[in-house]
Amino acid sequence: MNDETDKIRKQIVLRAPRKRVWEAITDAKQFGTWFGVEFDDAFVAGRRVHGRVVPTAVDPEVAKSQEPYAGLEFDVVVERVEPMDHFSFRWHPGSSTDADRPDEEMTQVMFELADAEDGVLLTITESGFDRVPLERRAKAFADNDGGWTAQTELIKKFLQDAS
Amino acid sequence: MRARGEASVLDAAPIFAALGDEHRLRIVTRLSAQGPQPIVRLTEGTGISRQAVTKHLRSLEGAGLLRSTRVGRERIWELQPEALGDVQHHLETISRQWDAAIGRLRAFVEED
Repeated sequence: MNDETDKIRKQIVLRAPRKRVWEAITDAKQFGTWFGVEFDDAFVAGRRVHGRVVPTAVDPEVAKSQEPYAGLEFDVVVERVEPMDHFSFRWHPGSSTDADRPDEEMTQVMFELADAEDGVLLTITESGFDRVPLERRAKAFADNDGGWTAQTELIKKFLQDAS
Repeated sequence: MRARGEASVLDAAPIFAALGDEHRLRIVTRLSAQGPQPIVRLTEGTGISRQAVTKHLRSLEGAGLLRSTRVGRERIWELQPEALGDVQHHLETISRQWDAAIGRLRAFVEED
């Protein structure tokens, strides 16, 4: 396994109480609010939860950029739920439907919380990309590139306006 | 900007397809780790025939991932490292998606 191609790791300090961050990530409804997805069920360890993309409620401009993906259906398979510390699930990366993709090709998404001076240090790690066949990666890449680039720009603008 | 993104997607697709095979991926990994190699070395330990390896080398060459040079009586194969940059690009795309999602999470938890 090659670390450079297999995983993505993000760290961020959120200026909010640890409980607030934990709930934002593990309460399926709250997760959906910022991520832009609607789940049928709560996140419980071992449960397969079905969801569909809906425009995020956080910002109308960002919501508009998500319109093309609205209705896209996918599953997450919840793995570990360790209150206030660790939450992980598996899913298929990229914006295509699950129907033709075996579970073995899922990546693992892990959220780890730790106390920071001004709030919570959140580490997000998505790993297992080496298991995704390369031709499928190209497809996911093709599906995503334009839309997400535009979206990143909107987020940047959004964050600048907010600060 | 968008048009350029789409062009690079089209460029990358044959590379992903060429790599979507266990043997070809192993050849690329080996060349990446050990540098240029003759076909004899690339066949060692693969469990497939030299002829089959040659076929894989040709398809990787066709996708622009490898090039070969004749040195004496041998043909030496080497990576075209710039082509692999496109594979890395896939992770960057997903990485940007996470950046965007994190931006929304921050707005969500820090709002009150």
